[in-house]
Amino acid sequence: MTQMDLGSQSTAPGSAAAGTAATSGEPPVVEMSGITIAFGGVPALSDVDLRLFPGEVHALMGENGAGKSTMIKALTGVYPLDAGTIVVHGKQATFPSPAESQAAGISTVYQEVNLCTNLTVAENMMLGREPRRFGGIHTKAMNRRAQETMDRLGLTIDPASQLGEHPIAVQQLVAIARAVDVDARVLILDEPTSSLDAGEVAKLFEVMRTLRDQGVAIVFVSHFLDQVFEISDRMTVLRNGKLVGEVLTRETTQLELVQMMIGRELEVLERLDREASGSEVAETGKPLLKAIGLSRKGSLEAVDLDVYEGEVIGVAGLLGSGRTELARLLFGADTADAGELEVGSRTSRFRNPRNAIDRRIGFSSENRRSEGVIEDLSVADNMLLALQASRGWLRPIPPATRNRLVAEYIKALDIRPADPQAIMRNLSGGNQQKVLLARWLITEPQLLILDEPTRGIDIGAKAQIQQLVADLSRDGMAVVFISAELEEVLRLSDRLVVMRDRRKIDERPNDDVTVSDVLEIIAGEARPDADGAPDRRPGRGPDAPAQRDAEETTHA
Amino acid sequence: MPEERTGGLAVLMRNPLLWPVLALAALLVVNVVATPTFFEIRMQDGHLYGNLVDVLRNGAPIILVALGMTLVIATRGIDLSVGAVAAIAGAVACVHIAGSDNPGSVGTAVVACSLALAACVALGLWNGFLVSVLGIQPIIATLVLMTAGRGLAMLVTDGQITTVNNAAFAGIGVGFVATLPVAILVAMAVFALTALVTRRTALGMLIESVGINPEASRLAGVRARTIIWTVYVFAALCAGVAGLMIAGNTSAADANNAGLWIELDAILAVVIGGTSLAGGRFSLTGTLVGALFIQTLAATIPNIGIPSETNYLFKAVVVIIVCLLQSPKARAALQVRRSTAPQTAKAGAA
Repeated sequence: MTQMDLGSQSTAPGSAAAGTAATSGEPPVVEMSGITIAFGGVPALSDVDLRLFPGEVHALMGENGAGKSTMIKALTGVYPLDAGTIVVHGKQATFPSPAESQAAGISTVYQEVNLCTNLTVAENMMLGREPRRFGGIHTKAMNRRAQETMDRLGLTIDPASQLGEHPIAVQQLVAIARAVDVDARVLILDEPTSSLDAGEVAKLFEVMRTLRDQGVAIVFVSHFLDQVFEISDRMTVLRNGKLVGEVLTRETTQLELVQMMIGRELEVLERLDREASGSEVAETGKPLLKAIGLSRKGSLEAVDLDVYEGEVIGVAGLLGSGRTELARLLFGADTADAGELEVGSRTSRFRNPRNAIDRRIGFSSENRRSEGVIEDLSVADNMLLALQASRGWLRPIPPATRNRLVAEYIKALDIRPADPQAIMRNLSGGNQQKVLLARWLITEPQLLILDEPTRGIDIGAKAQIQQLVADLSRDGMAVVFISAELEEVLRLSDRLVVMRDRRKIDERPNDDVTVSDVLEIIAGEARPDADGAPDRRPGRGPDAPAQRDAEETTHA
Repeated sequence: MPEERTGGLAVLMRNPLLWPVLALAALLVVNVVATPTFFEIRMQDGHLYGNLVDVLRNGAPIILVALGMTLVIATRGIDLSVGAVAAIAGAVACVHIAGSDNPGSVGTAVVACSLALAACVALGLWNGFLVSVLGIQPIIATLVLMTAGRGLAMLVTDGQITTVNNAAFAGIGVGFVATLPVAILVAMAVFALTALVTRRTALGMLIESVGINPEASRLAGVRARTIIWTVYVFAALCAGVAGLMIAGNTSAADANNAGLWIELDAILAVVIGGTSLAGGRFSLTGTLVGALFIQTLAATIPNIGIPSETNYLFKAVVVIIVCLLQSPKARAALQVRRSTAPQTAKAGAA
């Protein structure tokens, strides 16, 4: 979707067509038809078909909430079907549990690697089906068999080494090796590339091609369009739980695919682009918030930053550059150990989020699930949490105000389902994000700090959130907007702050700044790259958790 | 049969109170079958008597302790010290009455109870301090007072069973007001007050929010420390009232045996009532039903001719059943057989 995508580097033209030759005339190994699944009356899938041919990579495409994972879980026996049939090898099959699905030769490798890091590679691959001798595990035979599978996949991983010693990418390959070791005829890869760098993606694709040529049907789920076009032979596109169509990759363009995936919402983004940063902010008088030498040992070196009313400050930088750390210090989520924050006439250092909230600052964390939503509470409770917390428990929000506020924001932010009593965990990522935004908007902040507010949500919701940020700043709210997507940062911000190696390295008005300008700033003195693509991880330390890294790449 | 799902039966089936209420009803039916006069309530000297009244009156301490426990568990905590706190409350009150100049007066009883409850607030503050400020795991933090508390009660009573002779004090345990036992009225009042305070103010929502996701709550500005502190103090207060009831019942403070194992009954009541030990959503009504179930079970066993010493065995059976019902695996197995309601299985898996 963006020119920053490193996956495109390894695109081999024409490779997509290579595998399809094998399919001519062969019947599908799996044929799902009329699949319908509803959760508590809400349909997640209605009447969806999916055909998987041997020796093909099949991309399952759709936005978040389109029904991709539900479809996969239907095939792997996690969810029972409400209607529809699954035919495997020409025989009708029912999968009451994942075990039956696996027995039918369907294996899945999920985004998070579910292996034991304290066991060896071979032990992980053979877990639960170890070759035995004298009542114990026959380690030699186990390692030999693991080695055979590795050889078959063209991998050079020592079966006797500890899994935990290897990077995530290798662990993922081990997970795939484990999956194919059970003689999988169908291999499902759910977002396998989200935590991999370009070289690792290339390696993964090599393995996928090897398996494909051996006749395995591979289901590939990914957000990266370039990768999908590079590796897949056929695509099935879902939207809102319905089948949009099945197409051959070589007969489709990226634009056509995007249109199939998102329909009309694309227009919103285009309109926003035209409106982009038309607003002029007068940097006059006193800033709303002034950070002077704000720093915290090990996470951020002294940063000065002025935030003015009605201004959107875009913060660009790679993972580990200090962009999230800056946001957390501005909000008091972490405590600074040096520097001052001047808000209005008061100078202080925030010791906790309450201090920031009392000065009408809001913060939406990049980790929506672990630091944002209260999953088991209703949409209404989630929305009102921050306001209620600042009022204290003794002063409940009057029911009339409650209902009015909640109804107002559900309507204004187009939250679905439009039911205040809906349980938060049942909402899609985009709708959860909107509820979290509403949580802060209800407190009427003068400064809103948004860390990756559009990560992992579908394009429609993304456009709505971007539109909202633009509207809010027009109404006088200051916004600090952090995103890994540079286009998005540039589209929205009036002023641009670039972070690198836990320092602020640049600050400039956003006048005709382009993505490549920003990339150059970020790259700075980093090694020059022939393609002009910067090393995207200069500041990546050992403390940068792999999971965050994973999500980073998703939207790069 | 998708149309069935939206019907009244499906709504009823999803109600978390369904199983506890059914279990309680089943126990009552067993009792009526064994003793057809089980439900009989008679009026004598303006007081109500009968098996059901006994169940309620004897269950009052468990109900009280379980109410406090519910809120603690909702914050992801647990309070093992409530039994010891109950013993301390009884000990403080009885020792004060026994040592006062006017051991029979109403005033002495009032002062004694106030002193006892004040001591409980202090003990609750101690638990809350360990958990919310020092960040000690609740099970360990309250284990301290669970073991030390009995010793504290022994210190207060000098190792003696302190008996008192004060009608007003005894009234908390055995008295009647408007035909009903005082114990029942107190338990119902505390229940109503707790429900009112948690659901009419924002306390309930904030407790659940802290229990479900402490970090998200902190970032939203919730004062988790205050909330957690509040629930431990409340739990200790409830235990204190229960302790006064138990002491009033026998007009004596028994540091060793008052409220013994009541924390386990309370936890069981909370769990039967559908509040998860993992914290989060809580149901006070569920807890009430759970406590009544436990108390009814205790009454059922002698009623159907089994020696009441075997009560623990039956409680164990209940624990096993509750565990099975809450275990995802067992539920899934049940769902496969009752394929008429598959959506609950999916909701669990989702």
